[in-house]
Amino acid sequence: MISKKEVEHIAKLARLGLTEKEISKYQKELSVILDYIEKLKEVDISGVEPTSHSILLEDVMREDRERPKTKDQKPKRLIEMGPETKNNYLKVKSVF
Amino acid sequence: MRELEGLTIKEAHQGLLKKEFSALELCKTYLYEIEREDKKISAFLTITEDLAISQAKEVDEMISQGREIPDLAGIPGAIKDNILVEDVKCTAGSKILENYLAPYDATVIKKLKDQKAVILGKTNLDEFAMGSSTENSAFFPTKNPLDLKRVPGGSSGGPAAAVAANECFYALGSDTGGSVRQPASFCGLVGLKPTYGAVSRYGLIAFASSLDQIGPITKTVEDAKTVFEAIKGKDPLDSTSLESKIENCKLKIENLRIGVPKEYFIKGLDPEVENVIKKAIKKYEELGAEIVEIRLPHAEYALPCYYIIAPSEASANLARYDGIKYGYSEAKSEKRKAKNLLDVYLYSREEGFGDEVRRRIMLGTYALSAGYYEAYYLRAQKVRTKILEDFTQAFKEVEAIFTPTSPTPAFKIGEKIDDPLKMYLSDIFSVSVNLAGLPALSIPCGFVSVVNSQGSKANLPVGLQIIGKPFEEEKILAIGEIFKKTYDRARA
Repeated sequence: MISKKEVEHIAKLARLGLTEKEISKYQKELSVILDYIEKLKEVDISGVEPTSHSILLEDVMREDRERPKTKDQKPKRLIEMGPETKNNYLKVKSVF
Repeated sequence: MRELEGLTIKEAHQGLLKKEFSALELCKTYLYEIEREDKKISAFLTITEDLAISQAKEVDEMISQGREIPDLAGIPGAIKDNILVEDVKCTAGSKILENYLAPYDATVIKKLKDQKAVILGKTNLDEFAMGSSTENSAFFPTKNPLDLKRVPGGSSGGPAAAVAANECFYALGSDTGGSVRQPASFCGLVGLKPTYGAVSRYGLIAFASSLDQIGPITKTVEDAKTVFEAIKGKDPLDSTSLESKIENCKLKIENLRIGVPKEYFIKGLDPEVENVIKKAIKKYEELGAEIVEIRLPHAEYALPCYYIIAPSEASANLARYDGIKYGYSEAKSEKRKAKNLLDVYLYSREEGFGDEVRRRIMLGTYALSAGYYEAYYLRAQKVRTKILEDFTQAFKEVEAIFTPTSPTPAFKIGEKIDDPLKMYLSDIFSVSVNLAGLPALSIPCGFVSVVNSQGSKANLPVGLQIIGKPFEEEKILAIGEIFKKTYDRARA
């Protein structure tokens, strides 16, 4: 069983706000899932290489050349999606 | 005029060529079906009526000029709402993207538009494609058209329900752990998960990037092939996409060796489903295929392996929803009054993400955090290698592997939603395919009878999963087609 403190720590790392009630809920649920995942310990993985992708991909390169400029208002639209903008920048709250 | 609902893509294409009906008539018939049927099913999140009508008119123009039209021209389809269609809302079934307008077309959409296909709208899904029942949608659950008290499966429950209810000819879904195949199986449809890399993921809202693939849900195997051929191919905008080098397959059933893994016929598999699957396998044997019992010794580790890898990748992919760039934000909200940057992150993600999404983000964050990385994530990646090797070994002996798509038929709404692990177990036969990057097809192969909500007996469809070697979609489609042909003949 993972502790409440661990749940709070993970939630903070993941930048997820949680209520008191949710902390105990996730504590229980995550513990059940993690117990199930313990099953992986049965597999002998000594000397086995990890797989990150199922297909073998070499470094994928493309020619370094300028792409045609978009004529539409795309960059402007992307900026406008932010909740707060100023002078074509996204505005954020202060860190402290 | 012919009955326009219930046609297959090929039949409708022929009808358009012979001018039995116009693309506009076809489009309006289906828009009307959506209006009539979707109150019961709730498959659609957005209906793109104007777009559909303008696309249909364009096709009629082409036909009247005597120009050739591609296979999908004028054929109405639906798109899972995690695939971007320019200027149309794309929510991923989440409150955090409730008002997000897609700024560009996904590559698959661009390809459909190039074919002059007609897009009817965007369909429901479990939030960020995380779930097996579509109950995790932030908006509403979708119902199974075959029994409204049951789930259509998930996460592509909206796409599957829309096709099954004859609200469209086909739909595009995404499959990270079974999300195309399992709903196809629950709704009596064909679902194809292509090889990892066969279809571009550009413009698909990322869930787990090493597992995600876009695939079609259709009424027939032939239709699945038509849609797959329209959307596949290498894309410079997705560096994990590849061009298949495998040529046309000539399939002779007498030379076909089919593997049946012992590890998939286990406790937890509904005995009636098992029966139907075994009968389907027998049918192939009678047709001349050789059935071989094979071993996939690490099969039982696929699900726990998946539930480390998928949430880990998801926790990284979903970090982009921060309340700053786009989507739901608490930055200016009067309710919570965020004081600093951290508050904006915490509050936006708390309000914007649903239960299951937060559960998986936390699970993934835990697996990747200092002190646990090796015990969980790295271990899971090594187990993934073992699972992949099992398949490589098996495919030395056989050309395709048959399993059930799902251990049960469609379950009842509410049956599993309060028990996350129970819900996860419904993916037990589908996740290994994503971990190994293989193509797999689910075809309807029979029915099991259940007592439905009114107390009378009802039939629910069962899906047979046909797994192939990398980039051998054409072969598994041909194998699926054989069953359909004999099945139709038996029913006729």
